Amino acid sequence: MNPAVFDQIRMMASDLFGVPAERIRASSSPETLENWDSVQHLNLVLALEEKFGLQLSPEEIEQMKSVGDTAKLIETKLRSTPR
Amino acid sequence: MSADKNASASHSSDLRAAVDRFIADGALDAASRRLSELWRRETGSATASFLVSRVEKIRDQLPLTKCKVAILRSFTVEPIMALLRAEAFTYRIDLEVYVGDFNTYVQDIVDASSSLYRFAPNAVVLAVRTEDVAPELTHRFADFAPEVARHAADRVVNSYVQWVDSFRQYSQAALIVHSLERPSRPSFGVLDSQSDTGQSGLIRHINSELRRVAGIHRGVYMLDYDALVARYGSEHWHDERKWLMARLPISADHLLPMAREWMRFLVPLSGRTAKALVVDLDNTLWGGIIGEDGMTGIKIGPEHPGAAFQSLQRALLDLSRRGILLAICSKNNLDDAMEALDKHPGMLLRSKDFASVRINWGDKSQNIREIAQELNIGTDSLAFLDDNPFEREQVRAALPEVTLIDLPQNPTEYAAIVRDCPVFERLVLSAEDQQRTAMYAGQRQRADAEHTFQSKEDFFRFLEQEAELSPVSDLTLARIAQLTQKTNQFNLTTRRYSEAQIAEMAKQPGWNIFSIRVRDRFGDHGVVGVAIAHDQGEQCEVDTFLLSCRVIGRTVETALLAHIAKSAAERGCKRLVGWFLPTKKNAPARDFYPQHQFELVEQNRDGSLWSFDLTRQEVAFPKWVKLVTLN
Repeated sequence: MNPAVFDQIRMMASDLFGVPAERIRASSSPETLENWDSVQHLNLVLALEEKFGLQLSPEEIEQMKSVGDTAKLIETKLRSTPR
Repeated sequence: MSADKNASASHSSDLRAAVDRFIADGALDAASRRLSELWRRETGSATASFLVSRVEKIRDQLPLTKCKVAILRSFTVEPIMALLRAEAFTYRIDLEVYVGDFNTYVQDIVDASSSLYRFAPNAVVLAVRTEDVAPELTHRFADFAPEVARHAADRVVNSYVQWVDSFRQYSQAALIVHSLERPSRPSFGVLDSQSDTGQSGLIRHINSELRRVAGIHRGVYMLDYDALVARYGSEHWHDERKWLMARLPISADHLLPMAREWMRFLVPLSGRTAKALVVDLDNTLWGGIIGEDGMTGIKIGPEHPGAAFQSLQRALLDLSRRGILLAICSKNNLDDAMEALDKHPGMLLRSKDFASVRINWGDKSQNIREIAQELNIGTDSLAFLDDNPFEREQVRAALPEVTLIDLPQNPTEYAAIVRDCPVFERLVLSAEDQQRTAMYAGQRQRADAEHTFQSKEDFFRFLEQEAELSPVSDLTLARIAQLTQKTNQFNLTTRRYSEAQIAEMAKQPGWNIFSIRVRDRFGDHGVVGVAIAHDQGEQCEVDTFLLSCRVIGRTVETALLAHIAKSAAERGCKRLVGWFLPTKKNAPARDFYPQHQFELVEQNRDGSLWSFDLTRQEVAFPKWVKLVTLN
């Protein structure tokens, strides 16, 4: 995993879910983070799109089941889209 | 990922930690500055969420202007709310938001007991998509006969008329109505543009009717959503997938522009506008450095690269036509700079367009303080435009209340940045606004004249002042409301009223609202003062008494007081009473009542209450002021 991408996503998750960044791990998910509900999931999607300048499809949004999964998805997308 | 992205990531996590530390230590001013810095560095949804959660903890202890806004909508707006509140915070507005349920805007508006009205908003946004209000004019347009579509357009207009009427019946809040968006791909293709009754034509018709409806009601404004989408490009603005998935029609990148468009209304509605813009010269008003490049070297004119600076000058000229004063603060030799200002053929602005000029090698924040003094306005009513980040930071540190406009590297973007800045928005424009620069030029002559007289009385006589006192009318309503919102210094009670509130007050028995207009040998100052007197049996209470700074100290205030005292006595009142409610700004008005022989009746935490016995005394009308009364 690219640490820079992971760190940025961790910070976003910290901002959006109201949890200190150091308590967020790759395995953190809607099950472990209380504020990660459907509204905040949409906000996370929008924050990622805005920050990394990409668009996520409904299928990709489905795949974002944890912070780690999300970071992997974003990395893959960043590699495949020339920027 | 580049190394500097990493550095910025760690910097922003430091900033967050600093914010939390300052909040824990109770250093709220420092916390608030770090929050603003974080927002400038990293404007976006996640940061907004952090910022809002921290502002929530400290907002009651910060000097923020409160504003309650309700968003009535037919689509998802929730992800915009944190962005909106974060933006508002940077303009020192504490925004409380109410979001209506999906498509319940009609019930909310027509039901006097709805949760909308219980929220008691200051402003309401009505954001409805074309397809929700007029399905016949969107996807299925081609299925309908032309007269059906025309009827649908009329029905939409009538609905809006009814909504606006009901709204005004139940609320005096400002109402901001989104115009309807035209389709980017009309059902009939290019044929649609060939008549007035195509999809675009009918929606344009609805929009022009909405504009008319807004125009006949006080405090109802149109937000041209159709033009907003066009500005960013329909293809970019929309996100079809998010619409289908979450009923969010706007793409992630355009949530902030949507929030900022709302701020262009909410900033002036909250009274957070700038009255003057202070500009730098070198590399801001023109390209290059006059002291080094000289008259032939600086870039200013109709061709590239001077054109970008000419566009900025055009934008500044437009602001001055809106009543915003311009001032110069530049580190330069005065003669070099003045030569460029007044002689360079490419300049659109000349020195006469500036109400105050500070060209020297001194500290900019000190110069800006002096400019504020000269113009008689607070530093929090100033905006500052400078290409040099160092100067901006210096001013930001010394005068955090000044609105700083951050300029990018590329001068071709300057004009748009100035035009988009919400502190320059005005929702109404009075004749005074349009003539302000000329009035200040007259003021400079008056100040010169004052120095040559033996006594104040001689000077007052020389001024040949004329005070025109009139009860509130349709012509002065907007100006009266504007003065209550903008006047800080000579204002005894600092009560802010909207146009709608003044109009409502004028209808109530026992309320007397006067304005004063002042002319003198140098020119017309326009309507510069307001007094609101409220009869309560034998006593008349001064609810509001204020005067614009530019006429203070010339006995006009005594003329206005004499007038309300006399008219109260004529209505049979025995006492004239009034509060002085101190604020950070209104020290100039502190001694006003005692100076006019009012007696102190009460003093408490909020202020002092003064009384004047109308049966035994009268306030003398200054003899050098000619009185003109209009009824």
